[in-house]
Amino acid sequence: MTNSVILAQLKRDRILELLKEGKRLDGRGLEDQRPLSIDVGVIPKANGSARVRLGDTEIVTGVKIQPDKPFPDLGDKGILICTAEILPLADPNAEPGPPNEEVIELARVVDRGIRETEMLDLHQLVLIENKSVIGIFIDNSVTDAGGNLFDACSYASVAALLSCTVPKYEIKDELPVLVEGVTSKPPIKTIPVSVTMARIGEYIVVDPNSDEEACMDARLTITTNSEGNICAIQKGGSDGFTFEQVIRCSEIALPVGTKIRKQLEKLM
Amino acid sequence: MTQLMNENGIRCDGRKVDQLRNISIKVGVLKNADGSAYIEFGKNKILAGIFGPRDVHPKHMANQDSGILRCRYHMSPFSVTERKNPAPSRREIEISKVIKEALQPAVILKDFPRTVVDVFIEVLQADGGTRCAALDAASVALADAGIPMHDLVSACAAGKVADQIVLDINNEEDQEGQADMPIAYMPNLGKITLMQLDGILSPSEYQKCIQTGISGCKQVYEIQRKALMEKYFGNETP
Repeated sequence: MTNSVILAQLKRDRILELLKEGKRLDGRGLEDQRPLSIDVGVIPKANGSARVRLGDTEIVTGVKIQPDKPFPDLGDKGILICTAEILPLADPNAEPGPPNEEVIELARVVDRGIRETEMLDLHQLVLIENKSVIGIFIDNSVTDAGGNLFDACSYASVAALLSCTVPKYEIKDELPVLVEGVTSKPPIKTIPVSVTMARIGEYIVVDPNSDEEACMDARLTITTNSEGNICAIQKGGSDGFTFEQVIRCSEIALPVGTKIRKQLEKLM
Repeated sequence: MTQLMNENGIRCDGRKVDQLRNISIKVGVLKNADGSAYIEFGKNKILAGIFGPRDVHPKHMANQDSGILRCRYHMSPFSVTERKNPAPSRREIEISKVIKEALQPAVILKDFPRTVVDVFIEVLQADGGTRCAALDAASVALADAGIPMHDLVSACAAGKVADQIVLDINNEEDQEGQADMPIAYMPNLGKITLMQLDGILSPSEYQKCIQTGISGCKQVYEIQRKALMEKYFGNETP
């Protein structure tokens, strides 16, 4: 075994020892999230924006809204595109260049949470059916990577959407033209909240930090909506969950989600 | 919009709510690969080939303490109605990752340090539920390659269609149904190794959906087992 493996194993042993007593390395309880702070409107040039800190993780997210062509098979809906990037300044291991599979998964899981909960009524964003619609582009920049990027990006995206203003476009000669000075609120239907849990040994911990992520067996991200339904899930990591554990995770995700949702609702 | 379920609870392709599509698996279909399998899962047609344990390229990916698993899930340009660009899409990259993570708990690679086991999956024709069908083939192909394994991985989706929880979502149900939940399961260890969800479920539907998915995985397991038996022991299934 190499040194790094031995150290990683020691850290895991220590984390498991603490978990047996119901404690975590950073002093949290198993189902506690790290402190979450959300500032909106931090990038005035964007139509909506947010800076989110979740423990040591920091995200800056901007929402840009502009006319676009609809997806070919979805001519009666506005388009929604969500991306994520781990900036090279956020993590010593991050490299500039095309996104790797972790980053692609991150963006797609955040996107799925917003899309599958039907947070936005995309039907309200059509200018001319099948021809011209309003596009909502959510771009997440991870500026400090300290674990659980899924939830941090998801909260930042939702916060930026909740606080955004939608510019008005009119159709002149079949082309969308911006109407200066007129904006409206985004067509929000529900507030998705993503809750990521890590399984370490037999224990389920909420909002894993980087130490916990490095030694977790498996990960589950569950996104719930305001009505208490489960709308999107992603399992990750190199091991699995029992049936009882995935049920337990859903029972954790709902109340933890409700708490975060209260914090997000204030931004509307 | 197509009607997804009629008044007798029969689905658009004639199945009952708890019925799988027809599945057939053939083991050892490729000559060059160390292990391979071909699956027909409804109208899905998928090939899986395994290479390794072999040297890792690029070398920096190698792990001193264990072999590594790599996975490439790819759809042929002709596999779907509209031609698909052959370059790997973001969707394919994500699916490659979740399939790799679904197989990882099953394979035992600690005895092959500094090597890689490559799993290559080619979807020749797609019809909903390709990631599950691909996993079913890949798992059998890993066994065919002689890779030490704790268990087979069996996968199948469940979902919600016309307000009912149903087993094995097909393409139409995926497009127009209410929820799609792919699940991979190791039947002997009782472990879920892949789980995703698109769509809205209440907590009780969530529980039922997982149970339905697991029951499907157990049925798939029997078919996988039979396919391996057939190759290695002829038709005499004990």
